[in-house]
Amino acid sequence: MELEPVYQVGQLSTTGFLIASVIKVLIVFLVVLVTVAMLTLLERKISAWMQDRLGPNRVGPGGLAQPVADGLKNILKEESNPGQAHRVFFVLAPMLAITPAMVTFAVIPLASPLPTPWGLVEMVIADMPIGVLFLLAFSSLGVYGIVIAGWASSNKYALLGGLRAGAQMISYEIALGMSLLSVLFLVGNVRLPEVVWGQQQLGLWFAIPLSISFLFFWVSAFAETNRLPFDLPEAESELITGYHTEYSSMKFSMFFIAEYAHVLTVSMLMATLFLGGWDIPFWSGDNMLGMADGTVVGAAPAVWKTLLTLLAFVVKTGFFIVMFMLIRWTLPRFRYDQVMDLGWKLMLPALLTVVTVTAGTILALDSAGVAYGLVYGLVLTAVNAVMLGIFLLVLDRGRVLSGGYARQEKRAHARAVARFHREEFEVGHGAPAEG
Amino acid sequence: MLRSYLPLLILLGISAAQAVGMVVVSQVLSPTKWTWVKASPYESGIDPLGSTRERFSVKFYVVAILFIVFDVETVFLIPWAVVMREVGVAGFVAAAMFIFILTVGLIYEWRKGALEWD
Repeated sequence: MELEPVYQVGQLSTTGFLIASVIKVLIVFLVVLVTVAMLTLLERKISAWMQDRLGPNRVGPGGLAQPVADGLKNILKEESNPGQAHRVFFVLAPMLAITPAMVTFAVIPLASPLPTPWGLVEMVIADMPIGVLFLLAFSSLGVYGIVIAGWASSNKYALLGGLRAGAQMISYEIALGMSLLSVLFLVGNVRLPEVVWGQQQLGLWFAIPLSISFLFFWVSAFAETNRLPFDLPEAESELITGYHTEYSSMKFSMFFIAEYAHVLTVSMLMATLFLGGWDIPFWSGDNMLGMADGTVVGAAPAVWKTLLTLLAFVVKTGFFIVMFMLIRWTLPRFRYDQVMDLGWKLMLPALLTVVTVTAGTILALDSAGVAYGLVYGLVLTAVNAVMLGIFLLVLDRGRVLSGGYARQEKRAHARAVARFHREEFEVGHGAPAEG
Repeated sequence: MLRSYLPLLILLGISAAQAVGMVVVSQVLSPTKWTWVKASPYESGIDPLGSTRERFSVKFYVVAILFIVFDVETVFLIPWAVVMREVGVAGFVAAAMFIFILTVGLIYEWRKGALEWD
């Protein structure tokens, strides 16, 4: 591999770093809050569109101010304080749910590094050397808010919803962590800017060479965010609204915000890990990696490149968010034993195999002297395609993942067999007597 | 290097303040009118039957225990994954043995029926 050019932009002074951090934190925090509010509107618009309705369209132009009206209403409505609820934990739970949800995106790089006269500004809130570990740690903190809410409400539906949510979220966290391993194999670092850099160096987004990990990550992301088809914790036909049955007004709103913030974070995360982050495809002008000492490896950083890559990142994140919503209004809910079976009996053993096979392939490629690049990626793509084929066609056999159609075909087949036997019976014994 | 953690602290502070602020503001602004019916737990409109502090299925504990085993496995595998290409075959064999032992554990749990939900 040829040596990449290095650009010296210079490191920010401590004061400059502090100012830049505060500005970044404030802007990103506000943007995320507004985006989350808009996501609630987007979800209602998409659901309306899929059900051939108009959706909210009274407040503001085209209903755009609907989230503001909802927020105001939620602040002014009466709080319900159930008499048997545990006072402290009942109030603490929504706070515990919303705080980690609004922090997790801190390590995700939003755009290419920005050169300023005072030094290099990384477009990530906290470029910590523990990136991925931080993500795993903080995304699993969300389960506390939910379980505590379920227990503290002193409501049977809430308790069951909280327990279900807890068991489901911890089950799928394993699959989430395991499917991250193959990304870490290729990148060799847990910093997320390095993950983007690794995909730019490979020439392929990890969604292609690591397709099976991508699939598993996506499925467990749905389970982690408690979205349909994994919304067992709030299965409304069984549990009213699950763990937040007893919550009203702003406290309910906080759970709602937390859920959408999780959707946003997970979408950003999938865009970063598997769709190249802020990388623009087929263009090497944005292949760069900012370092902590203010140098940039690869292409030259520029302000317009930062803006373009930010746009690319927004588009990729938006794709995953829209997918979340389309799938929510497309698929029915799983049964609880199906959810647990999918996590423990299908995804965990499959991922253990996938991790071993991927690691073996990478080691074989390294010892064969293949350079980290397009050929390397294509070999991995082939291996993953074979594993995906085995998984979907042989192991799954249309039972879990391919779902409805396969079962319909089986039922049609069973009906045909039954009709055949009945006709045979009628031929042999004459028409059955009436009544 | 440690200064890269600083923005995280700022963000954590802001979002915790926002969480507390939301609760306090709505508590101040919203009306409070206490009645017996409002204070009773919601059970589809009928009077609540029995206590909520009852026993619940042991399955949830089993899942939590299994989770600890396999989550720790994932956390142990992450450092190996990061240096996998440097430690080469020796590291791969060690990790494969580790994964194998845990797979045996998973099969054992499966056969014991710890993963059944009906």
